[in-house]
Amino acid sequence: MSSAAMTLEEVIEKVVGEHAGKVGALMPVLHGVQHLMGHIPADAIPIIARLIGLSRAEVHGVMHFYHDFRAEPAGDHVVQICRAEACQAMGGQALESHARRALGVDFGETTPDGRFTLEAVYCLGNCACTPSIRIDDDIHARVTPSRFDGLLSKLAENAE
Amino acid sequence: MTTQVFVPMDTTAVALGADDVARAIRKEAEERGIAVEIIRNGSRGAFWLEPLVEVQTDGQDHTLRQAYGPVTEDDVARLFDAGFPAQCDDPAALGKISDIQWLARQQRLTFARAGITDPLSIDDYRSLGGFVGLQKALDLPAQEIVDAIKASGLRGRGGAAFPTGIKWQTVLDTPAEQKFVVCNADEGDSGTFADRLLMEADPFQLLEGMTIAGLATGATQGFIYLRSEYPVAKRVLERAIELAEQAGWLGDNIQGSDQSFSVELRIGAGAYICGEETSLLDSLEGKRGLVRYKPPLPAIKGLLGQPTVINNVLSFAAATTVLEKGADFYRDFGTGRSRGTLTVQLAGNIKRGGLVELAFGHTLRELVEDIGGGTASGRPLRAIQTGGPLGTYLPESQWDVALDYEALAEIGGMVGHGGVVVFDDTVDMARQARFAMEFCAVESCGKCTPCRVGSVRGVEVIDRIIANDQREANLSLLDELCETMIEGSLCAMGGLTPLPVRSALEHFPDDFRP
Repeated sequence: MSSAAMTLEEVIEKVVGEHAGKVGALMPVLHGVQHLMGHIPADAIPIIARLIGLSRAEVHGVMHFYHDFRAEPAGDHVVQICRAEACQAMGGQALESHARRALGVDFGETTPDGRFTLEAVYCLGNCACTPSIRIDDDIHARVTPSRFDGLLSKLAENAE
Repeated sequence: MTTQVFVPMDTTAVALGADDVARAIRKEAEERGIAVEIIRNGSRGAFWLEPLVEVQTDGQDHTLRQAYGPVTEDDVARLFDAGFPAQCDDPAALGKISDIQWLARQQRLTFARAGITDPLSIDDYRSLGGFVGLQKALDLPAQEIVDAIKASGLRGRGGAAFPTGIKWQTVLDTPAEQKFVVCNADEGDSGTFADRLLMEADPFQLLEGMTIAGLATGATQGFIYLRSEYPVAKRVLERAIELAEQAGWLGDNIQGSDQSFSVELRIGAGAYICGEETSLLDSLEGKRGLVRYKPPLPAIKGLLGQPTVINNVLSFAAATTVLEKGADFYRDFGTGRSRGTLTVQLAGNIKRGGLVELAFGHTLRELVEDIGGGTASGRPLRAIQTGGPLGTYLPESQWDVALDYEALAEIGGMVGHGGVVVFDDTVDMARQARFAMEFCAVESCGKCTPCRVGSVRGVEVIDRIIANDQREANLSLLDELCETMIEGSLCAMGGLTPLPVRSALEHFPDDFRP
């Protein structure tokens, strides 16, 4: 059964089942739910809490502590711009401004057409060839504003 | 046997187009009817040359490979026209891999294997000295393993530089039903990528080092806590753990012995603070990554309250060298109380950036100017930050200091995890100081007030100084705030954030004027 056809309860039961008995199962469970659903909806919290045997407050607290877990769905593509020092040294701040302008959204926001979510990230481990960005699971090096535009239009072409 | 062409699968190489290069080589070779075997190796860490393509012909020694780099997708047809994969003249040709001075002058122990082979081949790993250390450890009493680590002088490579052998001794001496080995692979410092490179290029070395730690302390379960920003390392480690289990190097009765050790990979969720060891342990327990009070030390009460060895990726890796080649061999590298090799990561505005492994004791100027070639922009160097985002900004007058734990500490700097971030003369140091506080505000776990609130106030005060608003009063307020953060914070996050701030202000005061 694909996750799309499953109820929220079934998705969470499946994920919790995969991690039952593990040390600190909540983190892998949150990752698992987000992987299948794209985000962790508010309705998921009481179900996760019940199935793992934690309070809702505990699950809520953990989920909201970590930058990766999202309460709302992301756009089709998640674009992360590295804001850290090694990228700043090569024009990262100009790239940040350019990305915000090009997408018309601020960090943490999704474009109105639902195509891109823009996020800040602090280091992608690509610090010798900066500025760095990550689009979904792909990391790109030495990203100038024009290369940024090129990467985005390539995604648009692939979508057509 | 066909000619082997090596194209790295490392994050940086791929970020520079290595996948496209590999595809183009396959296509050109097919079209021209040339038999090649394409191997996706790890990177050697010479990132300024990536994608670095290497060619090895039948029966040849790997040091004789012909190297080409950086190679882009568009260069591939031209290379084949010139005769590639046979040795050929081309602007991208670098000659023999062993003739590349940037690599040849390094003293590689931990990264000796990186980039030579397919990172997921256990046969390759073993043919280059892999698992020799573990094989020896399997025949040694736990105390003798700990003694070797102590005698090597190895200090934690994550940043805190605590003697690894003493940590292991504490875990060995603390009786418990279950002990743990935890690898801190939450490499969050900007300007660092050594852990990532090792995990992507030589993952079995990490598994071997963790297993040695397990044998040394009586722990049978290991965890790797890997940051989520490293998807390639995740993929490589997942597979490496499976392969090591299948080959009997992990799991029950390792290589037929009565010793057992398992490793589970866990993924973080984008919190810098989880690189702090106690916060990492809370995260591993499925909690918010809040920093714990110390004592008790994790070596006594760590994961689930049990004795826990928690070390950085490179510390575990160094343990394999100590066991394989002996404590004296390792100890003979380095200077004073900084023994062994330091893996410096040249990053930021640097012409020849990448991973440089050398014995401790080289100066920052040698590393940045001689090896790194100065700035990538070609403009004058202005500031160097060592030790990550919580590290000091050093002006030119301090670049002749040796990169070892004590010498850097004397001038208020730190080695940290070996990150060296270079800035040219366009850098605005007031903005860097402000960013240090801003980063602390974003990433503080929130447990202690000096860090949680101090960082927010720090941004505000620096803004007022830059705006020349009651300058003198705000400068002294900033100084007091820094003092409070240093004295009152629970961990290095709040306690060290004042370092980049104060050093920027001290050495580059003009940048703080309107």
